[in-house]
Amino acid sequence: MLDLEAALTQGTLGLINGAFYAMLSLGLAVIFGLLNIVNFAHGALYMLGAFVAWGLLTFLGLGYFPALILAPLIVGAIGILLERTVLKPLYKLDHLYGLLATFGVALILEGVLRNEFGVSGMPYAVPPDLRGVVDLGYMFLPRYRGWVVLVSLLVCLGTWYMIEKTRLGAYLRAATENPALVQAFGINVPVMITLTYGFGVALAGLSGVLAAPIYSVNPNMGSSLIIVVFAVVVIGGMGSILGSIITGFALGFIEGMTKVVYPEASTTVVFIIMAIVLLIKPAGLFGRA
Amino acid sequence: MAAPISAPASAQAGLPLPTTGMPRHQVIALAVMVLFFALAPFAGLYSVFLMKVMCFALFACAFNLLLGYVGLLSFGHAAYFGFSSYLAAHAAKAWGFTPELAILFAVAGSALIGLAFGALAIRRQGIYFAMITLALAQMVFFFCLQAPFTGGENGIQSVPRPPLFGFIPMQGDLQVYWLVFALFIGGFLLVYRIVHSPFGQVLKAIRENEPRAISLGYRVDHYKLIAFVLSAALAGLAGAAKAFVVQLASLTDVAWQMSGEVVLMTLVGGMGTMFGPVVGAFTIITMQTYLAEFGAWVTVIQGGIFLLCVLAFRRGIVGEVARLTRKSF
Amino acid sequence: MSRSMFTGLAATAIALALGMSPAAAQISDNRIKIGVLTDMSGPFRDLAGPNSTAATRMAVQDFGNKLGNVQIEVVQADHQNRADVGATIAREWFDRDGVDVIIDVANSAVALAVSQIARERNKVLLATGPATDALTGAQTCSPNTVHYVYDTWALANGTARAVVESGGKSWFIITADYAFGHSLEAAAMRVVRETGGDVRGTVRVPLNTPDFSSFLLQAQSSRAQIVGLANAGADTINSVKQAAEFGLGRRGQKLASLLVFLSDIHSLGLQTAQGLQFTEAFYWDLNDSTRAWSRRFGEQASPRGTMPSMVHAGNYSVVTQYLNAVQATGTDGGLAVVNKMKEAPYNDPLFGNGQIRADGRRVHDMYLFEAKAPNESRGPWDYYKLVRTIPGEQAFRPLSHPDNCAATRG
Repeated sequence: MLDLEAALTQGTLGLINGAFYAMLSLGLAVIFGLLNIVNFAHGALYMLGAFVAWGLLTFLGLGYFPALILAPLIVGAIGILLERTVLKPLYKLDHLYGLLATFGVALILEGVLRNEFGVSGMPYAVPPDLRGVVDLGYMFLPRYRGWVVLVSLLVCLGTWYMIEKTRLGAYLRAATENPALVQAFGINVPVMITLTYGFGVALAGLSGVLAAPIYSVNPNMGSSLIIVVFAVVVIGGMGSILGSIITGFALGFIEGMTKVVYPEASTTVVFIIMAIVLLIKPAGLFGRA
Repeated sequence: MAAPISAPASAQAGLPLPTTGMPRHQVIALAVMVLFFALAPFAGLYSVFLMKVMCFALFACAFNLLLGYVGLLSFGHAAYFGFSSYLAAHAAKAWGFTPELAILFAVAGSALIGLAFGALAIRRQGIYFAMITLALAQMVFFFCLQAPFTGGENGIQSVPRPPLFGFIPMQGDLQVYWLVFALFIGGFLLVYRIVHSPFGQVLKAIRENEPRAISLGYRVDHYKLIAFVLSAALAGLAGAAKAFVVQLASLTDVAWQMSGEVVLMTLVGGMGTMFGPVVGAFTIITMQTYLAEFGAWVTVIQGGIFLLCVLAFRRGIVGEVARLTRKSF
Repeated sequence: MSRSMFTGLAATAIALALGMSPAAAQISDNRIKIGVLTDMSGPFRDLAGPNSTAATRMAVQDFGNKLGNVQIEVVQADHQNRADVGATIAREWFDRDGVDVIIDVANSAVALAVSQIARERNKVLLATGPATDALTGAQTCSPNTVHYVYDTWALANGTARAVVESGGKSWFIITADYAFGHSLEAAAMRVVRETGGDVRGTVRVPLNTPDFSSFLLQAQSSRAQIVGLANAGADTINSVKQAAEFGLGRRGQKLASLLVFLSDIHSLGLQTAQGLQFTEAFYWDLNDSTRAWSRRFGEQASPRGTMPSMVHAGNYSVVTQYLNAVQATGTDGGLAVVNKMKEAPYNDPLFGNGQIRADGRRVHDMYLFEAKAPNESRGPWDYYKLVRTIPGEQAFRPLSHPDNCAATRG
């Protein structure tokens, strides 16, 4: 059943899903790496990004492209608020508390939106400029999906470059190793941490906007994704930026292949891989033990 | 960097050394708990609700044995609870096992999975331990979803309640109540015994300082594994009992959300305390049952309680009581 | 039917009720308590949920909130899509709170559990929400249960038969990998083969998979004329949305969804949903009486102006019949009332003429609808056009079918 053309097609589709995994797990990895918080609210904030895009269109008449800029900013601002109020007191404590607090935040966000908008989801159309398909030779790829991969790649590589190669990134990395010392150099570490969290969740918001035209925009859309994205981060190595990007795309690809060979297991394969990786490489593929 | 998990009330309140008996305040607390569950069904509380509370309380106690006393956060405990529930339901329905045999069979099954999963998981620590238990539990979920005997999302329905030991009738809710009551109190005392035995002292030593425990010559991995298997078996006991209470076994009990729920119960009650998981289970099940008419607000309220616990009452209800009274519960 | 006619009906009901005071002695604790057990927070919230309670209350109001001097009360609860939570609520309602009848129960697992509980206690389950045909299945049927609006058999049967007969011979089915998906798939495959079509392939997809593109392309390369969707809720929405994106329609393939509700179409928007074919038991814009009732419903629903799903309509209609039966028999004993409900055909303003069979299945006409194109729609909620009416006796699983309730097999 799996001839070359089908394999190429499914692989391409897998990479598109991988783009979402990569962007979401990148945000998680940035937050974990720099704040030591396991951000369970990531799925809910991704959902919020999609809802903000829908709200901008419905109430303000702002279309897809403005939303692509505005929604991440709004979600990021909400994230900053969260960091200031909920997460700040938790940094010195075990990961468990950050995880539980953000899980609570996710429950609240999802519950409120369910009450307000129900669960069937909101209509959100593919923007007219990105409709139609491109012929790749072996398949017809909807242009919008190509766009998603493009945006995701740009954002992922941009983030990686910023953190690993620029001065700002160097400060950030230094602050995770030794916040007191960095503070002593006159850098406002708390503000930097707050902004980092804002940036991480803005990535989730951006993914939400990208997802709105192709997935159902409903309050539960994040909760089914979050646990998979977690697995991606763990496989890549908690806190590893490049690891989360590469693992995101790779897992999307593997999941895509599973959908052809044994579709029933396509949501479980991620966990099988996670178990195997953790047993062989405890710190994940790209993590430092 | 993060402080180790732990910081349970007992550690701060000055842990009683293993003595011959239970301290008086704990005897009183135990008596209050036993009396409460013995009398509550006659004092107007609904028996099926109370049975569910006891099942989840035992589940949370089993979980707390691992989190509170060994410092291992398992994020896959639903696997033992839910799978055992399926085993008991299937044994009673398809093979006509009597309740005690079905429960034994189910507990043995969950202990076996616990042994296999524990052996893999204890090689890792912290968040990685949590993630590997989650991954393994997801595979159990997948198995339960695919295996023909579980009936997919419809679950195993109308589980019979054959006579206990073949001759004690189990038809009425109250008769099942005493069975669950006995299992719960027995399980609770077993956890108490484990925690306050020399074995339990070693577990706490591992929680507080693993390298030191190793250097003292303890084979830490053995201790962890035994604790893991005990915890899985007790979780299985709770799940098997629940199958007879609600007379069904379904996918919700093996789903990862259930693993999250037991964390919540333990946290709300107070991890690392004996009575915390019981109080936590009571609180959460009460909310689920009696807030049911508020519909979707239940999740919002639950989320709020999560936040409140983490931000303001990190020790949980019983942990706070322990702090105020300077006694361990 | 106009609003005044409803008030008239209600007045007659009250008048009748007043004449039955001696029988009222047989009504336990002198009140009728209706428990709406539904999904308030999960995937079925919009097709059932809070508006199910609203529809139930409408029926009760039409009786003036009482039968003679017997008060009628409505209580509600969220089963959270957890069978054990639903079962516990049902037990407590029956055992302690004096609930006589449970209604709605959108979620098959919960409904199957509640059905057994109602039977053990001689209470009543009026199942309007759940899809599973196991409620009238060989071993799982119950004399205390009425399965009202639809079931998996009728939906798959209706859609598959109609589509094959109008030329859609070759099928590829995308199935949610869950018991209800399997039963939809099995029913559809059987019908397709019986009517001379063939099934080119099926693929089983885990529940809550956000991305269907892989499966849609598998469907595409099968070159089947019809892509059948044996899934529900967000899964259906995602698959329809992405089918439009991948241009299945442009290559001549048609989508047939085996389980779709008005709320799903509302969410998809006609731009995406247009051309989709599916079976339902009710649509607000079918005739004068459905329109009149639906407008009334819209005033009480939240958000205001929401048009009812078939489950909402079913709740109103079955509660009305239940209360009529209580009135006629003068008792609230479960079996007695359900047997009374089964006694004679009832011409329902919303579901037309039909009868509750011995196995508890209400048989009425089903309708094959197609989602309109955006330019055909004349306003909000104007979504469906009727393709054909499927007569009740063809739509549902026959009493004599080997999979049907063994106790009542004719």
